Amino acid sequence: MKGTGTRKKRASRWGSRLLAAHGVTSYLFLYLPIVILVVFSFNASQYATVWRGFSLKWYGTLLANAALGTALKNTLIVAGASTIISTIFGTMVALAMERYNFWGKLAFDSLLYLPIIIPDISMAVMLLLFFVLTKIQLGLLTIIISHVAFNISFVAVVVRARLAYFDISLEEAAQDLYANEWQTFRRVTLPLIMPGILGGALLAFTLSIDDFVITFFTAGPGSTTLPLRIYSMVKLGVTPEINALSSLMLVVSMGLVLLSLLLQRGGGGGIEIM
Amino acid sequence: METQPLLQTQGKPRSRRETWRLLSLISPSLFWLVVFFLIPLLLVFAISYGQRGTYGGVKWNLTLENYGRFFDPLYLRIFGRTVIIALVTTVLCLLIGYPLAYFIATRPSRWRNVLLLLLMVPFWTNFLIRTYAWLLLLRDQGFINLFWTGGLHDFLLWLSAALPLPIWRTLLEATSTPLPLFGTDLAIIVGLVYGWLPDMVLPCYAAIERLDYSLVEAAQDLYANRTRSFLRVVLPLTMSGVVAGSVLVFIPSLGAYVTPDLLGGAKSIMIGNVIYSQFMSARDYPFGSAISFVLMAIMLLGTLIYFRSGAES
Amino acid sequence: MPGYAVELKKVSKHFGAVVAVDDISLSINDGEFFSLLGPSGCGKTTTLRLIAGFELPTAGEIYIGEAVQGDTPPYRRPVNTVFQNYALFPHMTIFQNVAFGLEMRKVSKEEIRQRVAEALEMVQLPGMENRKPEQLSGGQQQRVALARALVNRPKLLLLDEPLGALDLKLRKAMQLELKALQHRVGITFVYVTHDQEEALTMSDRIAVMNEGHVLQVGGPEGIYEQPANRFVADFIGETNFLEGRTEGRRADEIVVTIDDVLPIHTSLEKGVGMGEKITVAIRPEKISVHAEPPTPQAVPGVVEEVIYTGTDTRYLVRLTERSIVTVRQQNVGVGAGASFAVGAQVYLHWQPESARLLKA
Repeated sequence: MKGTGTRKKRASRWGSRLLAAHGVTSYLFLYLPIVILVVFSFNASQYATVWRGFSLKWYGTLLANAALGTALKNTLIVAGASTIISTIFGTMVALAMERYNFWGKLAFDSLLYLPIIIPDISMAVMLLLFFVLTKIQLGLLTIIISHVAFNISFVAVVVRARLAYFDISLEEAAQDLYANEWQTFRRVTLPLIMPGILGGALLAFTLSIDDFVITFFTAGPGSTTLPLRIYSMVKLGVTPEINALSSLMLVVSMGLVLLSLLLQRGGGGGIEIM
Repeated sequence: METQPLLQTQGKPRSRRETWRLLSLISPSLFWLVVFFLIPLLLVFAISYGQRGTYGGVKWNLTLENYGRFFDPLYLRIFGRTVIIALVTTVLCLLIGYPLAYFIATRPSRWRNVLLLLLMVPFWTNFLIRTYAWLLLLRDQGFINLFWTGGLHDFLLWLSAALPLPIWRTLLEATSTPLPLFGTDLAIIVGLVYGWLPDMVLPCYAAIERLDYSLVEAAQDLYANRTRSFLRVVLPLTMSGVVAGSVLVFIPSLGAYVTPDLLGGAKSIMIGNVIYSQFMSARDYPFGSAISFVLMAIMLLGTLIYFRSGAES
Repeated sequence: MPGYAVELKKVSKHFGAVVAVDDISLSINDGEFFSLLGPSGCGKTTTLRLIAGFELPTAGEIYIGEAVQGDTPPYRRPVNTVFQNYALFPHMTIFQNVAFGLEMRKVSKEEIRQRVAEALEMVQLPGMENRKPEQLSGGQQQRVALARALVNRPKLLLLDEPLGALDLKLRKAMQLELKALQHRVGITFVYVTHDQEEALTMSDRIAVMNEGHVLQVGGPEGIYEQPANRFVADFIGETNFLEGRTEGRRADEIVVTIDDVLPIHTSLEKGVGMGEKITVAIRPEKISVHAEPPTPQAVPGVVEEVIYTGTDTRYLVRLTERSIVTVRQQNVGVGAGASFAVGAQVYLHWQPESARLLKA
């Protein structure tokens, strides 16, 4: 807030103490469930809420679980494929939207933003219906198609934010120095927006490995991903094994998100918080 | 200045070459979004006027029957509950989130980015897992009840004996142990608030951060009462953030599926669960589509409000 | 070589409803230092960009050498540009920046190394090859931009207000350096600026522009001494404007009555009738101020203000109820002090040729 730094807040001591207490409590509220989840994944006891000692055995069970292995493989395949496709398409679209005005741009822009706005379940339903009616068999392919459908938009948003900081006179300078469009892109534009592209790719990857609802509706039998597996495990009953799996996924996701944000920041752009 | 500004949007393509370039850049995405998004969307719309076929297929009619079924008291009740849950979630998010945003906005600037980061990182991780975490906390053998049955209840009972508060005592005695937190609307609300809190905090933060503090000080001089100065000055000025945040929480809460599924019981289903069952078990695609479409329409309306309120996204 | 280095024939550029450049025609000679001068928004930068190929004309033709450019993209035109913000590639070293154009033209590595060193030498930045642009000062970056353009040995160099971001002293030094450089290298420079002093200092010829039109083209002296219209007279240097009506003609002079009360003498000019509404333009330094009328036609006035600016003293002299002129007198003597005080009755004199007649 402007002026806060230079003026001492006239808030009453009680008021600001209360506010600070609220702040701290809120953060505790946000992180406590996660912390408990992670802590109890190391619980030696089978009963998830009674602490019997520190143990890594649940992580061991995870590794031995074959079904999980398939789920992991599927998750990675889906995430990998959808990330690559959506990053390429999303970057291309971002370049076009930030460079040109054209007839129908507003309509296309709205279309581009819709997947971000629309609730998961609606999108899941739409896609399921589409696949059923067009008789496309549900399987890994349909999951990949669905993930790309929403990831294009996310990648586009991130790359566009990065492009907004891009100085177009650099491209003109390159062309002035005898580089054609492709050379300009490859030698000047691409290296400079690469952090944004990578940030977008990481985001797409994270969203893909974490996605549940859309995957749930568009997966076929035998094409389970990790979130789907977690779901069915939870439905069967709570075990520390789920805690272990969840903890691993959380750590990976958080790590990827942090990396994505750091990449976007490095190089002078602002952080795309949303 | 005539030279190109730092930001682009150059305008229309200047030559055939550029038009070609533009087209090749947007066509893959255009194709994908039209085929795998727009067309499914239209399909849902079209099917909602159809009827369920004998074996779960679709009979293409033109009937408003599905929308009519919506007014069946059974579904109306569910819809009503959904709206109420979403509303309560929004209000709670506001009550928790606005002060939190205020808190962050009044920290020194190097702290602010860290705090925002801490807020957002869990948000971008698996919603399922975070909801599961609450399941652990809320169920009968969960953590909260662990403390409750494990001694908190007895402690409070003893406390109420020591202090003469009869109402308190009867309340405690009436409370069953364990606390039936799991499987209730309350559980769903907690899960939703937990999941969407950051979506309330961010717009509020953005609005509060832009506030000129000297206005607040002037108000405090005028009103001499901190509550008044808040209600009359701060709140109205940050209203855009409040509206934006409310929309951002209300909309997804309406369409919640995972949260009621995991944390709610059979009695606490929401619209999202109805849609699910129509598609997965009942195989009544037209009806499911109709509900889904109504949901989407409400969401789009909400989004329009969001953009109209001049909020930043 | 016969013909012009650059020629614009009836070129217009419209951005939607906005007319940035309106039907202009220019001929720029080979090897000359040509400036496009005008206020913000006059179309000078757009004109430059049209020559470079970053914009395509809505109408008209652009020739570089004898070749019409049509819709040739920038990377196929024999021109190089120095940008206002330098546009150095931040992710490349100075060497890579300067070498870029040569690389694109597939010049051999050996030759690149040699020419880059030469170019950096020419702009007095030897040994900077491995630095990054962000490590250099504004003035140094500007010179790298120059080197990056010149290393390609273009026939034509376009410069878009390259000195704008530099501080005054550095700017003045660079002006002279650029001028010398252009002479040495011998290529045609097309230079865009809004600073009229800069244009006068550096150019062989200047085109004064306003609102998309070219108002006058000529050498610095011609433009200064004989502005074609009011805008040019006002934009270049300082001018006094007096409104009046032509009254009579005598031998080689015309008498103009200022504000219906004051007769003054100006030189004869073609195309001026009698009884016409006219504007008289006189530069402050052309007027001398005296205590007694030096000639019968000296114009009387009263000193209203005296301003001391170090190098000269300015008098604001009121001639009529509506008109005040500024007179500049160099402070030649030491401790001269103002010759005239406020309120003094003075007589102004100028050569009749110094007073230009402009249509009102």
